[in-house]
Amino acid sequence: MGVNRRKFLKIAGISTLGAAAVPAADALAMNPIEWLDKQLGGFTPSEILLHMGHKPTGLKPREALTAKRWAMVVNVRQLDEEIAEACRETCHKIHNVPDIKNPKHEIKWIWAEHYEHALPGQHHEHIDDVLKEAPFLVMCNHCYDPACVRVCPTKATFKREHDGIVLMDMHRCIGCRFCMAACPFGARNFNWKDPRLFLKEEDQNPEFPTRMKGVVEKCNFCAERLAKGQIPACVEVAQELCKKKGREPALVFGDLEDPDSEVRQVLRRHHSLRRKPELGTNPNVYYIV
Amino acid sequence: MLEKAFVGGRKYWIWMGCLLVVMGAGFLSWLYQFSEGLGVTGMSRDISWGVYIANFTFLVGVAAAAVMVVIPYYIHHYKAFGRITILAEFLGVAAVTMCLLFIIVDLGNPFRALNVLLHPTPKSILFWDMVVLNGYLFLNIFIGWNVLMAERKGSPTPGWIKPFIYLSIPWAISIHTVTAFLYAGLPGRHFWLTAIMAARFLSSAFAAGPAMLILFCLILRKTTKFDAGNQQIRTLSGIVAYAMILNVFFFLLECFTAFYSGIPGHQHTIVYLFAGLHGHTGLVPWMWTSAFFWVVSLVLLIVPVTRRSDDVLAVACVAVFIGCYIDKGVGLVIGGFIPNPLEHITEYVATVPEILITLGVWATGFFILSALYKVALTVKEEVEAEA
Repeated sequence: MGVNRRKFLKIAGISTLGAAAVPAADALAMNPIEWLDKQLGGFTPSEILLHMGHKPTGLKPREALTAKRWAMVVNVRQLDEEIAEACRETCHKIHNVPDIKNPKHEIKWIWAEHYEHALPGQHHEHIDDVLKEAPFLVMCNHCYDPACVRVCPTKATFKREHDGIVLMDMHRCIGCRFCMAACPFGARNFNWKDPRLFLKEEDQNPEFPTRMKGVVEKCNFCAERLAKGQIPACVEVAQELCKKKGREPALVFGDLEDPDSEVRQVLRRHHSLRRKPELGTNPNVYYIV
Repeated sequence: MLEKAFVGGRKYWIWMGCLLVVMGAGFLSWLYQFSEGLGVTGMSRDISWGVYIANFTFLVGVAAAAVMVVIPYYIHHYKAFGRITILAEFLGVAAVTMCLLFIIVDLGNPFRALNVLLHPTPKSILFWDMVVLNGYLFLNIFIGWNVLMAERKGSPTPGWIKPFIYLSIPWAISIHTVTAFLYAGLPGRHFWLTAIMAARFLSSAFAAGPAMLILFCLILRKTTKFDAGNQQIRTLSGIVAYAMILNVFFFLLECFTAFYSGIPGHQHTIVYLFAGLHGHTGLVPWMWTSAFFWVVSLVLLIVPVTRRSDDVLAVACVAVFIGCYIDKGVGLVIGGFIPNPLEHITEYVATVPEILITLGVWATGFFILSALYKVALTVKEEVEAEA
């Protein structure tokens, strides 16, 4: 749906600027839509006009992926160790997550757990052997009613109202760790040591900030990628690998409030579970087992 | 009046000197922790609060316990307690100061602590905890100081201070209730998610706080000319006895619900604490020590003969203190994190820097307490000498 809206705006933009743009684009031997998009920096012509020719910095570029409520579906039967590890590695690499071996101090945004740990209480000894060993990818659930946000004394962690992503302001966090006690999913990490000591300079992603010691961090549903029109890195990697292996996508991402979104379609087709639904936090990550 | 804290005998200065040394060691350890990060403690991804928050929780109770002296004196006009209200209030001051210090040393970014004021967030219980603790600190300094000033001048307690005294009563209850809410409102931590948490906190506070006060009275009787009085100590011991009975009763209520209902989540932590879970038994000796002291203290406090003997009462009060300290500090805070939300088990052992910082905070509390008691007792001595 995002693509349709985007296309529409671009076509509308071309009409607004008039036919003159098209020959110019032809001269450059570029697709006119791409050319226009480049000229306008991702904004619609009306937005540009409204701001007297300046690029409106306060607005979101049209290339951003938007939703009312982002959600993810993890199809556990399509996952395997290789895919799970690729997701973890990619996520941690692009987000400058330090590689700390000591389990007491480790930072993890996404990782694999066994059934009984990912969905405690929903597990029993007679489940399918495949599921017993399957990697259940877990991460921040980006709950609709997040307990971590409720307890934070500085609003350093907050739910972004327009799309439901639970984010961290690492510059505001005082490191009280109340959110870690509140999160029922163990999704939050504290920087017990200076994380930069565990990140090699050459491995760092310069486009994502590193953190300092004494602050809490966690999965951000790739908010920085969504802003550039990219789906979360784990989903991208998992889908590529699944395609290669001829499977259904193991991870699906989309707008839960859009009945036609991929997540909604998948949730219609399969029975799904959420982690600890009885606690009322309303996780936005679903599991198909 | 504060100048009286700077006049004292050799023993007083040796005592204060020793405290300063411990405070210094604690401060150096804190500098080390500050430069290295909280990784120098035994805390971890799974046990994200340790002895700092445990001590904080215990000491909020000690602070709140001043109300057990204030209520009989100001509400029920139990005159005997007039002699010791100042001791209770100053104990409250020292205890709350320690609480605030324990929060500061626990923060990952202590210099950002004022963000709590810069971005006030009433939805967060921690915000309210900051409000009630600082308010209580102010109330106790304000009331204690003014009442003592009046006593020094030989004038009756001024009437305008009464509203503050009455306010301090619900305020004392509030500090421990709000502290209980830090825990009792968290989903997914079964051991903490219990409506009886605030009641448990208050009962253990009203046992451990007055027990400390009795010990201080007995120590002061030995080391200074100040005698709190037999009647006062007898009444306090009765309060400790009732509170301790309630404390144990409330704990047994938790056990009943957990085990008769058969709900695994409600049982895990209790099983971990007293028997160990999946081979992890780190806290079992601690908890049985706590239980042992609970039983000993109950016997000594309930039997009239033992309760009325000062020496035995001192033993009983030490037993109450140790029993409650382990239960509330070690058991309640650490235990609540085990097992973790994914039902893995990580255990916790405090490290040397962590223990030094903890001792440093306690020494700071005792330093403040000693200075304040010195002031209070000197004033009382002067007043009695004049009379």
